[in-house]
Amino acid sequence: MEILWFCIVAFMIAVYAILDGFDLGSGIVHLFTARSDAERRTIVNAIGPVWDGNEVWLIAAGGTLYFAFPFVYASSFSGFYLPLMIVLWLFILRALGIEFRHQVHHPLWKAFWDASFSTSSLLLSFFLGAALGNVLRGAPLRSDGYFFEPLWTHFSTEGETGVLDWFTILMGLVSLFTLAAHGAHYIALKTEGVLRHRAHRTARRSWWGVVASSAGAVVAVSIIRPNLLSNFGLAPWGLLFPAAALAGLGGMRVFSERGNDRNAFLSSSLFIGAMLASTAFGLFPRLLPATTDPARSLTAYNAISGSYGLAVGIVWWSIAAVLATGYFLFLFRSFRGKVSLPAEEEGY
Amino acid sequence: MEDALLIHRLHFGFTAAYHYLFPQLTMGLALLLVIFKGIGFWRKDEFYNSAARFWAKIFALNFAVGVVTGIPLEFQFGTNWARFSTFAGGVIGQTLAMEGMFAFFLESTFLGLFIFGERKLGRTGHLVTALLVFLGSWLSAYFIVATNAWMQHPLAWAMAPDGSVKLQDYWGLLLNPWITWQFLHTMCGAVTTGSFVMASVGAYYLLSHKHIEQGKLFARTGILAGLAASLLVAFPTGDGQGKNVALYQPATLAAMEGLFRTQEGAPLAIIGQPDMEKLRLDNPIHIPRLLSFLTYYRWNAEVKGLDAVPRENWPDNVPLLYYSYHIMVGLGTIFIATLAAGAFLLWRRKLYGSRPFLWVLMLAFPFPFIANTAGWMTAELGRQPWLVYGLLRTSSGTSATVSAGNSLFTLLGFLGLYFVIGVLFLLLVLKKINEGPAPNGAVPQGKEA
Repeated sequence: MEILWFCIVAFMIAVYAILDGFDLGSGIVHLFTARSDAERRTIVNAIGPVWDGNEVWLIAAGGTLYFAFPFVYASSFSGFYLPLMIVLWLFILRALGIEFRHQVHHPLWKAFWDASFSTSSLLLSFFLGAALGNVLRGAPLRSDGYFFEPLWTHFSTEGETGVLDWFTILMGLVSLFTLAAHGAHYIALKTEGVLRHRAHRTARRSWWGVVASSAGAVVAVSIIRPNLLSNFGLAPWGLLFPAAALAGLGGMRVFSERGNDRNAFLSSSLFIGAMLASTAFGLFPRLLPATTDPARSLTAYNAISGSYGLAVGIVWWSIAAVLATGYFLFLFRSFRGKVSLPAEEEGY
Repeated sequence: MEDALLIHRLHFGFTAAYHYLFPQLTMGLALLLVIFKGIGFWRKDEFYNSAARFWAKIFALNFAVGVVTGIPLEFQFGTNWARFSTFAGGVIGQTLAMEGMFAFFLESTFLGLFIFGERKLGRTGHLVTALLVFLGSWLSAYFIVATNAWMQHPLAWAMAPDGSVKLQDYWGLLLNPWITWQFLHTMCGAVTTGSFVMASVGAYYLLSHKHIEQGKLFARTGILAGLAASLLVAFPTGDGQGKNVALYQPATLAAMEGLFRTQEGAPLAIIGQPDMEKLRLDNPIHIPRLLSFLTYYRWNAEVKGLDAVPRENWPDNVPLLYYSYHIMVGLGTIFIATLAAGAFLLWRRKLYGSRPFLWVLMLAFPFPFIANTAGWMTAELGRQPWLVYGLLRTSSGTSATVSAGNSLFTLLGFLGLYFVIGVLFLLLVLKKINEGPAPNGAVPQGKEA
């Protein structure tokens, strides 16, 4: 039961990262590649019908974490209070950027919301990676399991840590480059002509960033938290996940060069999914490691909810997951193909 | 510590009350949109489709703000109410996770299709997406009301060795007797809001002599749907909800009604100010014995007053609770009277020419928002001093590691951000209302995204 719900939560976070990842990435691409109003509108229209559904995966993953491991939710959300509030405000500004920009046809209004949308996409991409970095590094859990983490201290991973230190910043960069490439693949898939061409360029440039930052992060983990790698020694089949991530990374480059946008997008999806799976595999059974005393770490075993509720949950979760998958397939099918810019009144 | 408790309460109270301004309109309009789409489909009448298209634009904007202001609420269970989540997550994790998994996916997916897919989906497909958006939004409300109902009237739980509660009976949680009336009461309140907003826009068009035909449709639909909904708000749903409060939370009922003394043949206070020093109502206007009758259907029944309950278990802010409840009931009564007058004018074919009444209708739209907010304040203040009634005190539910200063800082942040959102939202909605519905029969291209 513990293993199953650990996997379900990890799975939902991975689906979230892949889906909302491409629309966050599209926001970054929007900042760097779109020059004219028509190009900006094309990008916003490419994610218009789907971004809200993608973001629901975060809510649903959060709800599932709350359901299966309530104490992890309580401890980590109150401990990471300030960064989470910043993330919330960024999510709000980003959504308003998408929904408000097309409501008034004035260049300054649009410029403001474009900036709101793309900068908050960029910052969110960074902070979501930094959040994962905080989980990997661990939190200073007190004996009662709670803590409160300042935004930054002295940028070291030891002693009194802060939300931002060199390691979590590095993880933020991994996420930033990865989502930029992922979003560029999506935009290339959905557009034609000069925008597609520029998206390819963004994807190629970000790729080097992905390679460099990921390699740095792997080395960093092996130095500061070698115990995160011990699961791979105990169960070598887990090496399949990093191997899949490598395959995805290679595919991103190869397919993007060949102009095969669909496979390039699937490759970056594979990369994101496999990287998160590797992370979850290394963490298991820990959900939030303690830097103070390893015995205080919150794990799938000591933070699990009641067995009756979890057993019932498997039934309804399976039904709901099948339904949700069905909705998404239908939604993405309905809006497949390249974006054609609608008249100003109807689209974004 | 006292400071922190108050600020955490204000933090959640403000963000929740602000958030609920939007979903109540979403849920009300969702039903009215289904009605327009349904009539348009049945009669093959493009007029109703263009009405639906106009309201869909406002619906989409309102929905978006509802979503972005809703996400902070889920976060706050962890950020500001960590000890509550640790205590109760084993039970309410069920309903909160189910809301995400069943309702949010449904509603967000099909809203995208509803707004952007009219041309792709065809007549039947578009009607079905409208229905699914309606279903998703009302399902979401069911799970939230189920969560709140458990906090009001906890059952189906068992205490774990670590002192937290765990679910013991799934259907007990989902079919809590508290849910039925609270859910229906809340939904009828939402339809009342949606109807008033629609009627108000209709009255505005009629008064300013533009979009006349659509204006008539909005005014008459708003009045009729609003009258039905506001009658149902009072009876049977409000009555049923009140009886649940009398049965399970007698101290709350006493405080709502301003009944300090237990008595037989208790009077109903129409007006009066709770005096917390002398423990009585100042300058009351009473209707003798009515409270006993309304609560127990017997004129001489004994109704428990606050004096029957130890002081530490009284709701901690009796006057605010009393005022919230009386504002809700008073406004609800005024709604019924106003809409009944509108329906009468409609029947006498005088509605569209009666400028004074149209003025009233146009300016009435803020009041259902106030009534719905006051209703939730009654529910939430009435539950005090408990976070989970009888099980967990509110003071034991906050995040122990989040200090008063941090919470105040983010509360002020939300106040500022939400103020800006509110101004922009009103601006954009007014702009859309001024642009008005597209001329009859102008089918948009839809969106190829």
